Amino acid sequence: MSTKLIPMREAVARHVADGCTLAIEGFTAFICFAAAHEIIRQRKRDLVLCRLTPDLIYDQMIAAGVARKLIFSYLGNPGVGSLHAIRRAIELGVPRPLEIEEYSHFGMVGRYMAGAADLPFFPLRSYVGSDMPAANDLIRFVDSPYGDGPIAVVPPLKPDVAFVHAQRADVQGNTHLWGLLGTQKEVAFAAKKVVVVVEEVVDEEVIRRDPNRTLIPGLIVDAVVHEPYGAHPSYVQGYYDRDNDFYLKWDEWSRDQATTEAWLEEWVYALPDRAAYLDKLGRETLDRLAPGSLPAEPVNYGRYG
Amino acid sequence: MDVSSPSASELMIIAASRALRGNRTVFVGVGLPNIACNLARRSHSPDMELVYESGVFGAQPARLPLSIGDPTLVSGATSVVSMADLFMLYLQRGLIDVALLGGAQIDRFGNLNTTVIGDYARPKTRLPGSGGACEIAINARRIFMIMRLSKRAFVNKIDFQTSPGHLDGGDARQRLGMPGFGPDQVITDKALFTFDNPEREMMLVELAPGQTVESVRAAVGWPLRVAGSLREMIPPTAEELAIVREQLDPQGLYR
Repeated sequence: MSTKLIPMREAVARHVADGCTLAIEGFTAFICFAAAHEIIRQRKRDLVLCRLTPDLIYDQMIAAGVARKLIFSYLGNPGVGSLHAIRRAIELGVPRPLEIEEYSHFGMVGRYMAGAADLPFFPLRSYVGSDMPAANDLIRFVDSPYGDGPIAVVPPLKPDVAFVHAQRADVQGNTHLWGLLGTQKEVAFAAKKVVVVVEEVVDEEVIRRDPNRTLIPGLIVDAVVHEPYGAHPSYVQGYYDRDNDFYLKWDEWSRDQATTEAWLEEWVYALPDRAAYLDKLGRETLDRLAPGSLPAEPVNYGRYG
Repeated sequence: MDVSSPSASELMIIAASRALRGNRTVFVGVGLPNIACNLARRSHSPDMELVYESGVFGAQPARLPLSIGDPTLVSGATSVVSMADLFMLYLQRGLIDVALLGGAQIDRFGNLNTTVIGDYARPKTRLPGSGGACEIAINARRIFMIMRLSKRAFVNKIDFQTSPGHLDGGDARQRLGMPGFGPDQVITDKALFTFDNPEREMMLVELAPGQTVESVRAAVGWPLRVAGSLREMIPPTAEELAIVREQLDPQGLYR
């Protein structure tokens, strides 16, 4: 079988169309900034961005003007404070107005679940007694057909394309991921196109020796991108830690549109690709983020025949 | 160790940690709750299972987690699952004893606003939103709120009801079929409140050192109910402060 391995530039050019619905998930971990920066560089426009926690990644994308709408459930710089660029877009329409569609985390998870399993809706015990359904008409209640009262439902979410960052995959896109699983599996199965971005490309044999760790099968993957440190300044379990200094500094840089754009100019537009970003970041920073080693015991799957 | 001058945040952390005694499974949020739960586990409740909406059950963080998705929560945990499994099989299944929540505004029945100040469509201030708080408020057996006491936060009417407390009071939650009891305690820097009355209305039960009924009343935006027998908070001990300052907050973010 032929390889699906392509550079990020090509993955974005091929799979991210203006106006499309895009999800780059990863809950605190595995946030694929490499994909976001390439999307900004290619000056994509009018995207509908989906993500539980927009985080710095969508703060940067929205500051760069790529989005017209945000579907989300928690708008914060985790452990630090506000997302200033997104707040500017919502409160002041800068650099352009941003439509929002808001859920709770479980609601977003449920939307991906319904999308992934091709269900008409996902039922969940939430939203009762909350103003959220009044603010978002897509959160509704239905009566249980089994006579136990009303239950909240959310509709399926099927992004046109999802970028999923992980530790390793083979060239077919069979993907191993460990650590905070977030909604990586659900968003991959829900999306119409899937780009897997990995720290390491490995032989198919590495995947097959530990099939329980295969979160995403190559069957649903359209492209594989090899992008070490592609989730910086977020983290990848066992590979590098979150660059918390960056999260703190972003809180300052992002406070006004001019300094935000200056950052984008220096760290995104002026650089050709992720390799240049890593060169600029420097070895010292990457070394500072290296975790100690804590391997799991090997497991024995057994040889049968 | 200077025990005479605990900060407002330290008072809340220590009061929350004490309130958590005896609970097995605790759903942990960002910021102060994170430190309070880790203090409880390192002091009186070593068997406490810390649960994070990021998908971690039974975390044993080796350092103070910077967020609820810190990699130190993964290494050494009992189990790490998808968020779908965490919300469905742990929270909705009814396995969470207590969850800690906070917010920008709270009313007398413990309803919380973490969404907007002002009108939803044209907000004066856009806040983070629900995260998992809405479903946590509905499904956890009991809710503890941790918030600084101020008239801006303790308001007669919240601008947006993100997470339901006791709604309009009494048995409103039961009538709507909500699984959890709802708000049980509100832990602040000046006082402790419970909802231990038939109306499920926030009630002053304990004063922090130096506070009076009047000083607390002045920071609440409705006529405050006061318990018949009012307690005084036992000041933080040197041991509690030592764990917070030396182990959990060595950088002094909460001093």
